[in-house]
Amino acid sequence: MSGSAEIRLTLPHHLRSLARIDGELRLEVAPAADGTLSLAAVLDALEARFPVLRGTLRDQASGRRRAFVRFFACQEDLSHQPATDPLPQPVAEGREVLIVLGAMAGG
Amino acid sequence: MKQGVRVLVGTKKGAFVLSSDAGRDRWEVAGPFFAGWEIYHLKGSPVDPNRIYASQSSGWFGQLIQRSDDGGRSWNPVGNDFRYDGVPGTHQWYDGTPHPWEFARVWHLEPSLGDRDTVYAGVEDAALFKSVDGGASWQELSGLRLHGTGKDWQPGAGGLCLHTILLHPTKAERITVAISSAGSFRSDDAGVSWRPINKGLHSEQIPDPVAEVGHCVHHIAMHPKRPDVLFMQKHWDVMRSDDGGDSWREVSGNLPSDFGFVIDVHAHEPETIYVVPIKSDSEHFPPDGKLRVYRSRSGGQEWEALSQGLPQEHCYVNVMRDAMAVDGLDECGVYFGTTGGQVYASRNGGDSWTAIAQNLPAVLSVEVQTLR
Repeated sequence: MSGSAEIRLTLPHHLRSLARIDGELRLEVAPAADGTLSLAAVLDALEARFPVLRGTLRDQASGRRRAFVRFFACQEDLSHQPATDPLPQPVAEGREVLIVLGAMAGG
Repeated sequence: MKQGVRVLVGTKKGAFVLSSDAGRDRWEVAGPFFAGWEIYHLKGSPVDPNRIYASQSSGWFGQLIQRSDDGGRSWNPVGNDFRYDGVPGTHQWYDGTPHPWEFARVWHLEPSLGDRDTVYAGVEDAALFKSVDGGASWQELSGLRLHGTGKDWQPGAGGLCLHTILLHPTKAERITVAISSAGSFRSDDAGVSWRPINKGLHSEQIPDPVAEVGHCVHHIAMHPKRPDVLFMQKHWDVMRSDDGGDSWREVSGNLPSDFGFVIDVHAHEPETIYVVPIKSDSEHFPPDGKLRVYRSRSGGQEWEALSQGLPQEHCYVNVMRDAMAVDGLDECGVYFGTTGGQVYASRNGGDSWTAIAQNLPAVLSVEVQTLR
């Protein structure tokens, strides 16, 4: 793979409001040298395009995912895998949506 | 600008702005702003009342700071990178073990008295941050956390939070803060160096009741014309200092309970103060189910109950530490919000009360801007 890839992403309501966007987002993401796309690269691209989202999905100092943020795609929970792992190929190719959501939690 | 009052209400699920003209008998409610987010605090700049800062946070998506430049009609997010200075180190955890300092949220925002772009933030885990660019970037005043007692600080039930920031109106270098449950601290060099100011506090909930730190201070209030007189609502006990916090004495007097969270001072009478007694540390509701503000006109010790217009039966709400404020109109207005979602106002110094908003989410903070 060369150049950037376009992935599809949905954000939870509160973050769409912050970023002032509606519906599904298409995001240009730069792949790694081996051609794979990681969640970390997606978040880098997302925060670069929408700086207001810095700190909302991962801690700005440590880079750790916020405890009540989840990443789903292809009927899998990707939240607990290392952020530098490759995303599923259908997500990287824009055929499947990467779903970002707030975990089920009361309050 | 038309003379009037703007009440800034932070709640568990958004912010509300209540506005009235100087008559204070008809209120317009705007909001919710930031619906679904916890708004721990909003406060306007004394220099430019159109400049308002708000702390927006959630358990899901962390902390944001919002800023309005049009009196709360529209808002824009500014900086939210609260990074501790250097290696944060540890404080004590609930079980007494060392626990790493971790940023959780901003509890209190205190705009500068002289510059609309300078604002202080009190955060959990306890630290003081400062912005000089309207909230775009934040730097920790780490002399507070690192002055020596920080390793012994322990969180209260609400977390290890810095919730009170007092800026001295004439000694520009003096900042006083309070932390639950560490106590009160003062800097006389604009936040570079700090020392505990807890002499006279007595807390039976800690092994040494008169220890230098470890006291659960709930709130401190100051009248700008008498800035060396401080009034404190501690976990238990209402306290007073006449020397800027160097020493404290108890003024709980005839209160039905000296537990509580809020305390404030009348806008024109520096010896008239207000508290809302709460039954106990485990029963966070008014004694006897009667919501009563208590007023002392003698700087403490002798208190009178103010109940006209407030519910006098079956009332089991709480009033959080930052949820009382006064306006500066000729006849001082007093305002407070409850965990039941009511905001009560008195336009006669507390003699009688009216609910100016009801059924809001639980109120976390109330601030008042007097518009002239």
